[in-house]
Amino acid sequence: MPSFFIDLNLDQVVDAITATKAEYDLKPFFYTQLHDIGTILYRHEVFRDLEDQRIADFIREFARRMVLNREHHAQIDKLHYLLQKQFWILDAVEIYCEALHELEQKLGSGNLKSKGLRSFLEYLRKYLASESFTALEAAVKGLKHDLAGIQYCMVIKDNSVQVRKAGTEEDYSSEVDETFRKFKDGAVKDYTVKYPDRPDMNHVEAKVLEFVSQLFPEIFARIDLFCTNISYIDPMIRDFDREIQFYIAYLEFIDIFRSNGLAFCYPQMSEDSREISDTEAFDLALANKYRNQLTSIVTNDFYLRDKERIIVVSGPNQGGKTTFARMFGQLHYLAGLGCPVPGKQAWLFLSDNLFTHFEKEEKIQDLRGKLEDDLIRINDILDRATSKSIIIINEILISTTLKDAVSLSKKIMGKLIQLDLLCVWVTFIEELSTFDEKTISMVSTIVPENPVQRTFKIVRMPANGLSFARAIAEKHHLTYESLKKRIGS
Amino acid sequence: MKALLMHKDKDFDLQQPLPWNEAALTQDLELNTLFNAMAQGDKFIFSVVRSAVLNGMGLDRENIRYRQDILRDCLESPSIAREIYELILETLESKKKSTWFIFSMKYPDSILHTSLDVISIYMTMLKKLRDYLTGNGGKLRSEGFRGLSAMLNRELDDEYLARVEAHLKKLKFRKGTLISATLGKGGKGVGLLLRKSKGRSLPWFRLLFPRKKQAFTYYVHPRDVSGSMALQDLNGRGINSVANSMAQSVDHIENFILNMKSEMAFYIGCLNLREKLSETGERTGFPDPQEPGLHTYHYKGLYDICLSLTLNRKVVGNDLETTGKNLVIITGANQGGKSTFLRSIGLAQLMMQCGMFVPADSFSADLCTSVITHYKREEDTEMNSGKLDEELTRMSDIADHLKQDSLVLFNESFAATNEREGSEIARQIITALTEIRLKIFFVTHLYEFAHGMYGKKSKGHLFLRAERQQDGSRTFRLSVGNPLQTSFGEDLYQRIFKTPEGRTGR
Repeated sequence: MPSFFIDLNLDQVVDAITATKAEYDLKPFFYTQLHDIGTILYRHEVFRDLEDQRIADFIREFARRMVLNREHHAQIDKLHYLLQKQFWILDAVEIYCEALHELEQKLGSGNLKSKGLRSFLEYLRKYLASESFTALEAAVKGLKHDLAGIQYCMVIKDNSVQVRKAGTEEDYSSEVDETFRKFKDGAVKDYTVKYPDRPDMNHVEAKVLEFVSQLFPEIFARIDLFCTNISYIDPMIRDFDREIQFYIAYLEFIDIFRSNGLAFCYPQMSEDSREISDTEAFDLALANKYRNQLTSIVTNDFYLRDKERIIVVSGPNQGGKTTFARMFGQLHYLAGLGCPVPGKQAWLFLSDNLFTHFEKEEKIQDLRGKLEDDLIRINDILDRATSKSIIIINEILISTTLKDAVSLSKKIMGKLIQLDLLCVWVTFIEELSTFDEKTISMVSTIVPENPVQRTFKIVRMPANGLSFARAIAEKHHLTYESLKKRIGS
Repeated sequence: MKALLMHKDKDFDLQQPLPWNEAALTQDLELNTLFNAMAQGDKFIFSVVRSAVLNGMGLDRENIRYRQDILRDCLESPSIAREIYELILETLESKKKSTWFIFSMKYPDSILHTSLDVISIYMTMLKKLRDYLTGNGGKLRSEGFRGLSAMLNRELDDEYLARVEAHLKKLKFRKGTLISATLGKGGKGVGLLLRKSKGRSLPWFRLLFPRKKQAFTYYVHPRDVSGSMALQDLNGRGINSVANSMAQSVDHIENFILNMKSEMAFYIGCLNLREKLSETGERTGFPDPQEPGLHTYHYKGLYDICLSLTLNRKVVGNDLETTGKNLVIITGANQGGKSTFLRSIGLAQLMMQCGMFVPADSFSADLCTSVITHYKREEDTEMNSGKLDEELTRMSDIADHLKQDSLVLFNESFAATNEREGSEIARQIITALTEIRLKIFFVTHLYEFAHGMYGKKSKGHLFLRAERQQDGSRTFRLSVGNPLQTSFGEDLYQRIFKTPEGRTGR
């Protein structure tokens, strides 16, 4: 996991995306950022194909069958009786064959546009026409057909069961039903005993099956031959089944938010222009946390023009500053994976690396230690960062005096500007926002009538913390005028 | 199979929801007094008569006469009715005894065997009932009883009963169970189906030279407990469907018997009531229902059956002959029999509509779609807006549920305010109500209201007055008469306080 995952809450996002897909081991895909725009566009194409619900459903249906196939093999390992294992192998192979035929047929009708899916379909067609696949399929179909034709009879008496081929004995239940039909009137309780449908067999059932195999020896000999040393799953198909789930999982995840009116878009990626922007973006981890009340999720816009590189975020606490910083990091990281990102329309920068410096939770360090730690970390980042990196800084240097903090921050800011890299810096030091032509100011905002209520909107405007303090005072009737009146009477 | 003793074409539905105003009706008409007299302590009969009386409104004249005929048979031969009911009770009781062991729902073979036993009990009972009805055919003249007898003879003839008997025997599987199957998931047997073993029905040459069939037999070792359980499971799967079907047949036959029980319970309740009334010599008669909308009343000796049952003596009845009146306003002396009269109208209507006899020498009225009561709730005369509010809330409920051809009984409604306001409210409400097809009875002390309605001289209005003798005593009879200004509360006051000036009572 990249080191900034926890700071940006990307670990939560990836956990949520892969939650229902554990068996595919998708997390490694989310840990590897792409570094060329061509691959990103390749993935965008596949995503766009899969945004067609029909095509996504084809893939889901295929995946469901492949899961079923694997479950069969897991079950085969647990079963005791050889004959029974063989039945399950036949089923597993049949499921595999059907899954591929259906996938081929459906993708063929799907009007695919992406290079990725089109070349897979081409491969699939070749594979289905291959000698090895057609022989496999013919064999399993023949055996299943013959088994379906077997009918046998049991006579159960006292402690014995006799098994023989079925004759022409009539159905007795329906005759009994017929006799008592005249009393039928209205619905009554169902007295059918529910027998658990266990996959394994007890020894009596196994004995019955063994007798059946002796009654039909020829069919069972062919099954035995078919099942011995069988190996049939194509490695390309296996890989496809896993990799395509990266896309499906991501799309299924973002659908939750889309259906609640939150927008996602395919970002325009650039390797050189830092003129980035996004509208109606949001923190995906936060949205995921509030899945059930998504209407309350606040979206934010941002942009940088010309020489602007550094967004300095200030304003009241609990106002969404950290969320904004995380969002900025998430957007760039997810865009670098080739995924659609939160927002209506986005221009984002393809960075070579992402660094985060968030205030560490543990506060029981002596101040000097903490300040030192802060500085060591930021120094390390500045050493490794290039002009193509992105740095997210969240409230550092708070464990020193304001004077120190201001002067140290300004020194760090100087280095950032020198590197000419993209940066979001959440800080209470408002001076930083007017440091240079490369810095811009964004501020967390409040509802003027009720200053305790945050809008969680981060707005591009000059930092002016004063109006907030005044509003709070008014609410508590502690402005000069209010207080004068109160104490005056 | 249906007994059809309550409806010509369907079962009596004990679960049918009661009318929305069931609670008010029960309270205002004192229906529990009636139901208790019919039930004589039997909770089941109570629930049946309650449902039958409160839900009688849907019956047409034909169905009412259908029930009246059956009730006539019962009244003429009470012992036959009671014996049929007893037979039903006994059968249900012996079923309970036969299944005293825990009816294990886990094993099809125990479900099957219990079911076979119970079916056998039920078949015996139905045969007995069939023969009893046939034997008493001469005394049962009603279409209902004759129909039941004919149905039993038709559906359960001797040939059929013999066939059932044969199945009950065969289903004990003395020769083992023959089950067919196919191979399902993982080679397990599926589609298990019970087959009829051919037994001795093979042609003679097959018996002599049976075709050799390949067969393999597995014997579960006597000490192999899990093996014998597995075998039991296999057998259970095979007979699962037939066991279910037999158990369901038990339920179906039982439903038939239970239904017959509740239908008979209605007539037993009527018999009980009739016998109770005989103790005080009260008379009853079968009413003559008329089509809705005629607004006709012809009755002689109509009395309040609940008052009679409560006092346990004969009470005063009223006579009336009128047609085309949709509003009857009753005024007059306090305790002059106004409330009693109003109740007797409501009770007679309900009893008529469910097919019962009514407490009158003769009674004829048109059918209505519902009986609705709006009674002043407490007897105190305290005036406050809360009470009027409560009354008007109920009135508003009534308006929500009002259907054409309802019978609406008002008893001192809208008096929870001063007379002028109350009269105005009453006037507005009643004027609106008389403009749709309803039958309205309104007992009131609101002189202004009653007098105002009288002044309209409408043909559809009838005014009745509680009688008062010259000496102030009551006859508890009502007669036609215009509203008077006083309700003679003074009389009542004087009688209770026994002073001419009525002062020492304080």
